[in-house]
Amino acid sequence: MTADTSAAAPRQRVRTGDDPDAHLRTNPVKIGVGLVGMIAVIWALANLFLAFGYYPEWFGNKFVIGILAIVAGVGGAALLFYFLNMFVEGLPRRLSEGAIPYAFLLPGLLLVGLMLIYPTFQTINYSFANADSTAYVGLENYKTIFGSSEFWQSIVNNILWLLIVPALVVAFGVVVAVLADKLSATGEKVAKSMVFLPMAISAVGASAIWLLVYAYNNPGQPQTGLLNAIWTGLGGDPQTWLAIDTLKLNSILLMVILIWLQAGFAMVLLSSAIKGVPEDTVEAARIDGAGEFQIFWQVIIPQIKGTIITVFVTVFITVLKVFDIVYVTTNGAYGTNVIANLFFNKLFAASEAGQATAIVVVLLIAVIPLIWYQVKHFRDEEAGR
Amino acid sequence: MSRSLMKDGRPRSPFSIVTMTILALLWTIPTLGLLVTSFRTRDDAATSGWWTALFNPFGADWTTSNYSGAWTGADLSSGFVNSIIVAIPATVIPIMFAAFAAYAFTFMDFPFKEFFFLLIIAVMVVPIQVAFQPMLNILGPRGLGISGQYIAVWLLHTGFGMPLCIYTLRNYMSTLPRSVVESAKIDGCSHFQTFWKLVAPMSIPAIAAFATLQFLWVWNDLLIAKLFLKSENTTVIVKLQQLLGSQGQGQELLTAGAFITIIVPMIVFVTLQRYMIRGMTSGAVKG
Repeated sequence: MTADTSAAAPRQRVRTGDDPDAHLRTNPVKIGVGLVGMIAVIWALANLFLAFGYYPEWFGNKFVIGILAIVAGVGGAALLFYFLNMFVEGLPRRLSEGAIPYAFLLPGLLLVGLMLIYPTFQTINYSFANADSTAYVGLENYKTIFGSSEFWQSIVNNILWLLIVPALVVAFGVVVAVLADKLSATGEKVAKSMVFLPMAISAVGASAIWLLVYAYNNPGQPQTGLLNAIWTGLGGDPQTWLAIDTLKLNSILLMVILIWLQAGFAMVLLSSAIKGVPEDTVEAARIDGAGEFQIFWQVIIPQIKGTIITVFVTVFITVLKVFDIVYVTTNGAYGTNVIANLFFNKLFAASEAGQATAIVVVLLIAVIPLIWYQVKHFRDEEAGR
Repeated sequence: MSRSLMKDGRPRSPFSIVTMTILALLWTIPTLGLLVTSFRTRDDAATSGWWTALFNPFGADWTTSNYSGAWTGADLSSGFVNSIIVAIPATVIPIMFAAFAAYAFTFMDFPFKEFFFLLIIAVMVVPIQVAFQPMLNILGPRGLGISGQYIAVWLLHTGFGMPLCIYTLRNYMSTLPRSVVESAKIDGCSHFQTFWKLVAPMSIPAIAAFATLQFLWVWNDLLIAKLFLKSENTTVIVKLQQLLGSQGQGQELLTAGAFITIIVPMIVFVTLQRYMIRGMTSGAVKG
């Protein structure tokens, strides 16, 4: 729509001032106002936001702070870009053409740099320092963590989570997506929203929900936990499920929580991929006499392979950093610890910044192949555009 | 064999209907248990399963006192207010910065463009745990001394949300017709004007998609809130986590408390689901 109107608009409105070349030359007024404006905006924003931090009582109540933050954050950013743009436009044409992209990128990239890139290197740096990052201790932290059985147990658990959760989430997502596709329109909508809904629930809320399912009451009393009610109904003795680490049963029960949370996500992506499978390929297979099961494996799956891999990788990254569920339910007790929880306890409870950062470095190394994969995936996609 | 047809002419599939019903129920029952339990008295909840109350709704003792207890007694009300104050600016502020960057990545050509964008993609995968110790130093008493205040978490969520936001918006903008931007340029619009008048309004669906995801992410976050907010500023999720940690007394408040934390994201989710699904299918997924 917009494309049509603007394409049809007259194109003579290319600047018609007295001096047609004015915009080609340096414009000191624009440079000056732009520069002063930028500095003033940054100064005002920095002071306001620091005042939120230092003197929250100035603002009366916290809603005022919240609203001011939205107005100042969005308005300030707009003003900043306005002056930045003015400054760059004031530069001579050739310079300004080259500088505008960087001016647009700069604020966003600075935030990423400050919040993610600089800390990555600083964390690597701290991992060679002591508990409060005041003196270097060489490889001491790595020796400590590699020498602790807790660390290795967490690694084993993390690997187990990585082997089980992404695969099951994807498998479940495919099954639901395929079956829901065969329902009536209303049925599909209802069934999909029921599976999708847990996505809105926090890991802490989900843990509360599932702790209720896994609840334990003493033998002889009525069981209030669903799992124990079923188990005793079948003739078993009530179990404290999350304390049983035989065959990693408790870890698996915690994984169920994450699978429950993530399945909806997988289903949504896979469902839209399945809907994109051309009907005639399915029809052709049907005419050739293929059964539904064969169609699923030999026609649908190969065509949604790309989405399956994307979902798998995304869930894989989530699982690698799984923290909340373990922290809230067992906090790593009964042999359920994972890397991110171990990190949190070293940093927060034990105040061992050196060891905590060393653990993050391990996590960081684990993530490198995934970064490589994501970059490669993006490049392939761009090439196919 | 049942070969009855549906309204749209496709054959009905009994196997799908049965399996999907079972799966959808399995997925809903845990939440239902929480909801039912949150309205039961302490004694009832401790002596019988929630399903017994559901089978015999008139014989059971129903109460809303768990909600009032959690809201005032366990002080979830202040956590709730804090969550709103944390989540809304942390959702809105990154968008402005990211939209300009996304515009540059989509409609401009410049040296090192690919390098910068690959950097954004790489950073999306980096675990945010890398940032905690350095940021505790920068924002804490050894640095700016603003750790514990809202501003600290706004800043962190803005930074952590930025790569995803740039990525989502850029993916969406690259589907916009390039001719629009080019004709605006011929008409004498500067990039700044083109951004405001054309590209930003046309990107509203992608902005809504990111905003939904970011809001859910910030509201449901435990890690950053726990590390960077002092106790009177802390969010409802941290309050719930503390409630979960306190064994014994107050157990009946837990279910009501959990439901209080769930209700806002649930509403946001249900109303903005359409945008969110679109955002996710266009590759907007937090690493």
